[in-house]
Amino acid sequence: MIPAIVVFLYLAAVLYIGIFAFRRARGKEEAEDYFLASRSLGPFVFLFSLFGTNMTAFAILGSSGHAFNNGIVTFGLMASSSGLVIPLTIFLIGTRVWALGKKYGFMTPVQMFRDRWECSHIGTAIFVVQAAMLVPYIIIGIMGGGTTLYTISGGVVPFWFGGAIVAMVVMSYVFFGGMRGTAWVNTFQTVLFLCFGAIALIVIGVGMGGFRTAAQAMQTSPLAPLLTRERISPYYFFSYTFIPLSAIAFPHILIFCLTARKITQFKKTVIFYPICILAIWLPCVFLGVMANRVTDIPQIREKQEARRVLATQGRTMEPEQRDELREKSAGDDVIMLLLQRYAPLWLAGLLGAGIMAAVMASDSQILALSTMFTEDVFAFYGGKTRFGESVQVQTGRIFIILITLFAYAVALQAPETIFELAIQYAFSGFAALSPLLIAALFWRGSTKWGALAVTLWTAAAVVAVAIFQAAVPAPAPGPSTVFWTLGGREVLSRTPGGTAVFGFMPVVPMVIVSALLMWLVSLATKKPADSTIAKYFAGGRQS
Amino acid sequence: MKRILLVVAVVTLYVLHQDIWFWRSSHLVFGFVPVGLFYHGLFSVAAALLMWLLVTFAWPSHLEREVEEAEHEEGRGA
Repeated sequence: MIPAIVVFLYLAAVLYIGIFAFRRARGKEEAEDYFLASRSLGPFVFLFSLFGTNMTAFAILGSSGHAFNNGIVTFGLMASSSGLVIPLTIFLIGTRVWALGKKYGFMTPVQMFRDRWECSHIGTAIFVVQAAMLVPYIIIGIMGGGTTLYTISGGVVPFWFGGAIVAMVVMSYVFFGGMRGTAWVNTFQTVLFLCFGAIALIVIGVGMGGFRTAAQAMQTSPLAPLLTRERISPYYFFSYTFIPLSAIAFPHILIFCLTARKITQFKKTVIFYPICILAIWLPCVFLGVMANRVTDIPQIREKQEARRVLATQGRTMEPEQRDELREKSAGDDVIMLLLQRYAPLWLAGLLGAGIMAAVMASDSQILALSTMFTEDVFAFYGGKTRFGESVQVQTGRIFIILITLFAYAVALQAPETIFELAIQYAFSGFAALSPLLIAALFWRGSTKWGALAVTLWTAAAVVAVAIFQAAVPAPAPGPSTVFWTLGGREVLSRTPGGTAVFGFMPVVPMVIVSALLMWLVSLATKKPADSTIAKYFAGGRQS
Repeated sequence: MKRILLVVAVVTLYVLHQDIWFWRSSHLVFGFVPVGLFYHGLFSVAAALLMWLLVTFAWPSHLEREVEEAEHEEGRGA
């Protein structure tokens, strides 16, 4: 119970930071202060809070769980590709959005799109799709909180109660502190996790009798494939490089780009982003793989047994039985189990707090949704003019409560693992929306109808993938279930982990079709006025 | 020329991410780090170096000037 008490103390600390930020902002009931911290974040807070915003339960628990079952491929799939693509998009897109925000006062991406393409209801359509895809991200945070508290307390704190506590704490400091509180908490959390991630690696390594022994034993055992990438196809690996395109298209990341005081504050973020990813993901992935060598933790042995049964007998089982085994073999809690087994109690508590730090990154998504609702809907449809800015901020706060309650209710019902839920819907969908930003900022010829086509396609594709995966049960590990072939070539398949289109993850065709739609539809439709284009491009001439 | 070299560097690093040459190797670097993991750790460091190059040689400083000019004009207008 001691680790759980340390985690509770940690939760109290972040709550205090949020309330401290509230006191700091007292008297300023302005939307720009509450939602963007008056565009005043310094370089240190900007780097760590932007990074922390992107590090969710998915990064810590999902990555180690995925590595536990799939091996080292997890790092190349998600971490190193993100280390290249995300800072690149912040460099190319984030800086430009920051400048436009400063010049024209934008607070959300939809405000920029409405201005750039001279549209109103199409902006609302973009808002709806963005909001619908952001909610799963919030759910992940709550699920991760519930899992972490359940595991760290040895089952004393049930999942539903742990999730409720995390939801309450996050909701409170976002409610009171707004962007300033969220940024400070994220900075605190990122620093904490960067420090304790390394400690966790050393402590668990010593506890296991050294990684050298464990790795070498693994190399000569049936677990050796986990030290390679042979369980994943190169097509799948390549597909994953499209996923980090989602980062800059996530409204909370783009809104965060608007909080920097100066453009030079992006420099450190762009350079150190890959290093921060390395520092957090490498220990998680490595520990996830090494957990397979642990023989004295019964829960890990049960997971391995479930995985073995699924691989050997899965083909002859009913889909429900396979799903049950999949759930049993999921490794989202392996890091927590390792900590419990090998770290002293007080240290396990501190390390658990560090993990909790990453788990609670859903704060930025909640705030972003609130910002989007109040700016893109409430203010846009006249609420701000009629009721004033103070009511707008209060509306944002009420929205925070409602969205948190909704996410909590869904988190209690969601059967999927943290990792699958995140990847399948939110990440692919936002990656497919990234052509919107590229077209708005770099192509004078883009139009609102092109934007609408991208938005509708993204929504349709996400829904289609979800329906397909619900209708066609996932096969056992091994060959995919081929659903549609053309000229002897597999077009659409149901894989054990999701869906494949021509062997690629759905995100690849989703992004490519989005880009094509933006291009073709824009070519065929009327451009915005020259004066509007001139705001975004020197010269203002259409191409 | 500088810009072309930077674009080539970005594309090269993207291609190097698809390291099919280590796909099935379970070789351990320093006796405990799988070579595929070690490679992608180094890849992350290379990505940071590339970002440093971009920030040093292709920084969009015109954006800052535009913002300053806009703020200056706003100040004069007010």
